[in-house]
Amino acid sequence: MSTYITKRILYMIIILFAASFLIFCLYALTPGDFITGNIKLTPERKAELREIYGLNKPVVERYAIWMKNAFHGDFGYSLSQQKPVLTLFNQYIWNSFLLAIVSTFLTWLIAVVVGVIAAYKQYSWFDTIVMVALFAAMSIPSFFIGLFLIKIMAVDWKWLPPGGMLTTGSTATGFAYVKEVVHHMMLPVMVMTLLGVGSLTRYFRSNMIDVIKQDYIRTARAKGLKERKVLFTHALRNALLPAITLVGFELPALFGGSLIIEKIFNWPGIGQLYMQSFGLRDYPLLMGFTLFIAILTVIGTLVSDILYHVADPRVRL
Amino acid sequence: MSTIHGEGTAALPSPKPKPVYTSLWRQSFRRLIKNKLAVLGFVVVAFMFAACFIGPLFSPYTDNKINMAFMNKAPSLKHWLGTDALGRDVLTRVLQAGRISLTVGLASMVLSVFVGSLLGVIAGYYRGIADQIIMRLADLLLTIPSLPLLFILGALLSEWKVPTEYRMYIVMLMLSIVGWPSLARMVRGQMLSLREREYMQATVVLGLRDRRKLFNHLLPNLVPLLIVIATLNIGGAILYESVLSYFGLGVMAPTPTWGNMIDAANNMIDFQDHPWLWIPPGFSIFATVIAINIFGDGLRDVLDPKQKR
Repeated sequence: MSTYITKRILYMIIILFAASFLIFCLYALTPGDFITGNIKLTPERKAELREIYGLNKPVVERYAIWMKNAFHGDFGYSLSQQKPVLTLFNQYIWNSFLLAIVSTFLTWLIAVVVGVIAAYKQYSWFDTIVMVALFAAMSIPSFFIGLFLIKIMAVDWKWLPPGGMLTTGSTATGFAYVKEVVHHMMLPVMVMTLLGVGSLTRYFRSNMIDVIKQDYIRTARAKGLKERKVLFTHALRNALLPAITLVGFELPALFGGSLIIEKIFNWPGIGQLYMQSFGLRDYPLLMGFTLFIAILTVIGTLVSDILYHVADPRVRL
Repeated sequence: MSTIHGEGTAALPSPKPKPVYTSLWRQSFRRLIKNKLAVLGFVVVAFMFAACFIGPLFSPYTDNKINMAFMNKAPSLKHWLGTDALGRDVLTRVLQAGRISLTVGLASMVLSVFVGSLLGVIAGYYRGIADQIIMRLADLLLTIPSLPLLFILGALLSEWKVPTEYRMYIVMLMLSIVGWPSLARMVRGQMLSLREREYMQATVVLGLRDRRKLFNHLLPNLVPLLIVIATLNIGGAILYESVLSYFGLGVMAPTPTWGNMIDAANNMIDFQDHPWLWIPPGFSIFATVIAINIFGDGLRDVLDPKQKR
């Protein structure tokens, strides 16, 4: 196992290098940059600024500098905000994490409960309705459902705030602050949960259906155990176990923010930061973000594989 | 998967009136018909296609003429979904946008299924260096998050000043760049297991050529899986296209797509007071994708029961 992990980590590093180069090239080769977009500058001043930021060097050299700095924990300097990229990430990422952790928790909770019940009552009317609802949840365009709910719940009915994290000009502190944030979180969390719940519930449902057919469930029933005990202690445990491999795949979603949802709900998270910087061509920030998600994805996959082995020691790594 | 089992008996001059054909396709079709939900899904998809491709022919407003007298009118009998800021009929535009959105979804599916299965077959069948190169490339593309990748490709398009009427073809290409790696990986996995089957050993004993092994013996076994993936893939492609076009990085106005019609919601006045401009295209995406997903799932139950999730 340890040789496997060493090999995997080596491969991960190579893939990340290749990914970083590809990411760099894509952003660097796009014509135009942060300085081109500023019409107030004279051509001489532009050339001077490019000199300062090192944008006039050849692509490969710029990549080498970028990588060298990245190894020293420096992912560059955001041109539009004039702050180091990592400082900005640290500033925004926790807002994204807050949204993600709450909606992930809700998604898993709903998925387990609904999945188990649907599996237990396979082919019943409840199961059919759940299946159709899950398909619906998986087929919604995320940006559209966001806009639609803002229109209905925030604009028409005025139940919830349309966006942001705090009311403009709010000076709330302590409990009032928490209450305000929770109030603002409701819509985005609702949408994110809705979008995630489809595939996860289907996963739990099919896992549970497989488990219920096993011999040990029949044994448990034959012993005269109560149905609830059979279902929730004997079956559910075994149906849940494979799901720990999914934890790794949640990693990018937990820390990477959501580009679309944060943009639509104007949530001050890392995804929103990316979308803002995109229009401004703030490449150090954009590259940093993309590489950051790539790193999370790679680590997440490794964690999943290891957990897969932990969950089922028969699986050889 | 031989096609017709009943052929042998049919050739004999037997007294039976009709030969019983029970090919896998026929059986599958019969089982599919029994799944009411899947049939409903298919009907909705067929309806959307028919409405978008044939519907505008019956509309009196296809010329998209600017009519200042009918600006921003709410839905009425004359304009079922109202009119936009230029006095154009929204229903006609939704249908015309559907043509583009559906075409982009379908075409990028065809492209990514073609590239993905071709590379997957090569990787899984020939193994060795080809496998290494293809799978490493797939890993690389899967590592880079797809939305930022699509966004930056979209921005590249804008900077290269691709004429708007060609952007739709490039969007198809972009979506298939993102779509093929996971497909190739799945097909390769299937190939690895298929190539070890006994009937493949038989083809070696028979001394068949690679081409015949691939096209006559391996590929037919992949087709059911590919049909399922391809169907579900269309829905995903339509969703991605709508996101890209909504953010102005995909197909752009004046070519209407469902995604860029929802762009009207970015205007506060249209968002609050003229919801008929952006809600119908949103529901069109939703209805189409859910129908495709339900139909695709029905297909999977029939064609590829092992993959049931």
